[in-house]
Amino acid sequence: MTGGPHPMTPAPYRVRSRRPDRADTVTLTLEPVRGDCPPFWPGQFTMLYAPGVGEIAVSISGRARSGGYTQTIRAVGAVSAALCGKRPGDVVGLRGPYGQGWSLRAAAGLDVVVVAGGLGLAPLRPVVRALLRDRPGYGRISVIAGSRAPGLLLYSRDLACWARQGADVRVTVDHPDHAWRGPVGLVTHLIDRIVFEPRRTYAFVCGPEVMMRTAAAELVRRGVAPGRVELSLERNMKCAVARCGHCQFGPLFVCEDGPVLRYDRVAPMLAVPEL
Amino acid sequence: MGLSSLLSARRPPYCEREGRTGEGDAVDAVVIETLEPLVAELRAGGYAVVGPVVRERVIRFEEIASADRLARGWTDVQEPGRYRLTEGAGEMIFSFAASPDSAKAYTQPPRQTLFRMRGEQIEEAEEDAPRVALLGLRACDLAAIAVQDRVFLGGRHPDPAYLRRRRALLLIAVNCAVPGGTCFCVSMHTGPRATTGFDLALTELAAPHRFVVETGSERGERIAAALPHRPASAEDLAASAEVSRNAAEHMGRHVETEGIQERLSAHDSPRWAQVGARCLTCTNCTMVCPTCFCSTVEDATSFTDGTAERIERWDSCFTLDFSEVNGTPVRGSNAGRYRQWLTHKFSTWIDQFGMSGCVGCGRCITWCPVGIDVTEELANLP
Repeated sequence: MTGGPHPMTPAPYRVRSRRPDRADTVTLTLEPVRGDCPPFWPGQFTMLYAPGVGEIAVSISGRARSGGYTQTIRAVGAVSAALCGKRPGDVVGLRGPYGQGWSLRAAAGLDVVVVAGGLGLAPLRPVVRALLRDRPGYGRISVIAGSRAPGLLLYSRDLACWARQGADVRVTVDHPDHAWRGPVGLVTHLIDRIVFEPRRTYAFVCGPEVMMRTAAAELVRRGVAPGRVELSLERNMKCAVARCGHCQFGPLFVCEDGPVLRYDRVAPMLAVPEL
Repeated sequence: MGLSSLLSARRPPYCEREGRTGEGDAVDAVVIETLEPLVAELRAGGYAVVGPVVRERVIRFEEIASADRLARGWTDVQEPGRYRLTEGAGEMIFSFAASPDSAKAYTQPPRQTLFRMRGEQIEEAEEDAPRVALLGLRACDLAAIAVQDRVFLGGRHPDPAYLRRRRALLLIAVNCAVPGGTCFCVSMHTGPRATTGFDLALTELAAPHRFVVETGSERGERIAAALPHRPASAEDLAASAEVSRNAAEHMGRHVETEGIQERLSAHDSPRWAQVGARCLTCTNCTMVCPTCFCSTVEDATSFTDGTAERIERWDSCFTLDFSEVNGTPVRGSNAGRYRQWLTHKFSTWIDQFGMSGCVGCGRCITWCPVGIDVTEELANLP
């Protein structure tokens, strides 16, 4: 029953390319040193290991043409800084993909609202691409992306491309500069400006927890069923295989039962401080 | 009845079920006079024998070369935040309750190397799993092993290193005669009698001093057959049963498990702040708990050849950085961390693994430096 490798052992992956997105954020394309990248489902994540430094959970933002994973990392701690510093040719460790992703099938035929705050756009990028690849399979597709400042916006080329492909793409910033002509303020405010039929709508939301709670509450206030709103939760994921205990959220292991969870299931728990 | 279904649910998932012949336990039981031949037989069979010894006036589990080293004549006093050994048990060896040690150090080592990485090579550590005979485990300890089996083997990502260690363990239980003041295995349906999950189970009897030996596996039967023994008489078996009946009547503590998950859903009870004000978040309860499985990782790099090494070690939900996300702990208060531990142990564990995380051994009560008593905290919830 357990002849396979230890669940905590990564496989070596080579950095094929590195694209700086912002001053503190890069997107790496990672390919296995041996063999192929396992398939992934939008919303899943991998555990990336910077040799000798540590390991962190990073969502998969897409698959490169070469077949590797693209993963966007923001340098906020020692491990993420070490990973951001990796150059093409460097080797890192990778485990996964892990976790429950977005329920694309449940959204079939419905209007879809995608709400992203900051780096939360990374795990939603493969969702939007999948929706647009099958454009007739869905109703209206709206993407709302929030950023602290115009210069910090992720994937601006993708956003423009998605608009051309028929998505209603809205971008808002907290701190505009002189050149900014778009909306200012919370992503929640943009939910009022887009067109969707609440009773026939599915929503995918990822960003800071406070943003997700307010966005989900606003969608529900507009008439979207709580069971049709999905959030991607962030907790301290150290093992990704429900054995280290760190990411527990009530009865859930966010690494294995999540990270994508339905709002109707987690709303009562999100209301409990320090759960 | 309900008890037997609970006990069978706690059976290690891969334990051999066959291997017992005849009408039942009674037919197989034998009597041995001393433990010397048992220890010698185990050592001859390549097992390191680990059993209870007295060290710094505490019962600890250590490797022993002969049965002489076992903690003979001692009994213990256990109360919240209090542990004392006293002499006076005469020739009896196992007249004490749970010690701070459990089987956990052998199923889940406090530190273990996971893998080493050099260049683009990643090698699993595959640490040895030496054969160890754990002598003197109690029914609660066996139940705790079954809980750990479920955690490490029963999920989507079974742990091959755990399985190697687990298969190398021989489990020799002793039926508790003298429960401690913090024991509540009867409440948790895990004891006091060892009924499953062991290779051998001993009941120590006085006047004359002897041990009734029951076997729970083919390995256990082979070992028992190699010892100087006589068949157990009806009187031996009655005396053995009486030991467990008496122990069940002398539990130091009680927990009402009926409706426990509903009671623990009271996240906003003022009790949490009260117990949080007492709790030192020292992690003692989680370190002595035989089922607490949380771990963290450490990374190191060799100065000489640049090999990076990853080590997994025990962790505790009472540390501040346990729940940290982007530099901020989810559970910043003592009350929040205590609530997480107690709620996980007695309630969400059932959601996750289909069994309680508590086996009623009382270690967390005894070894809490400020004497926080889980049974009292549970009783005081609405």
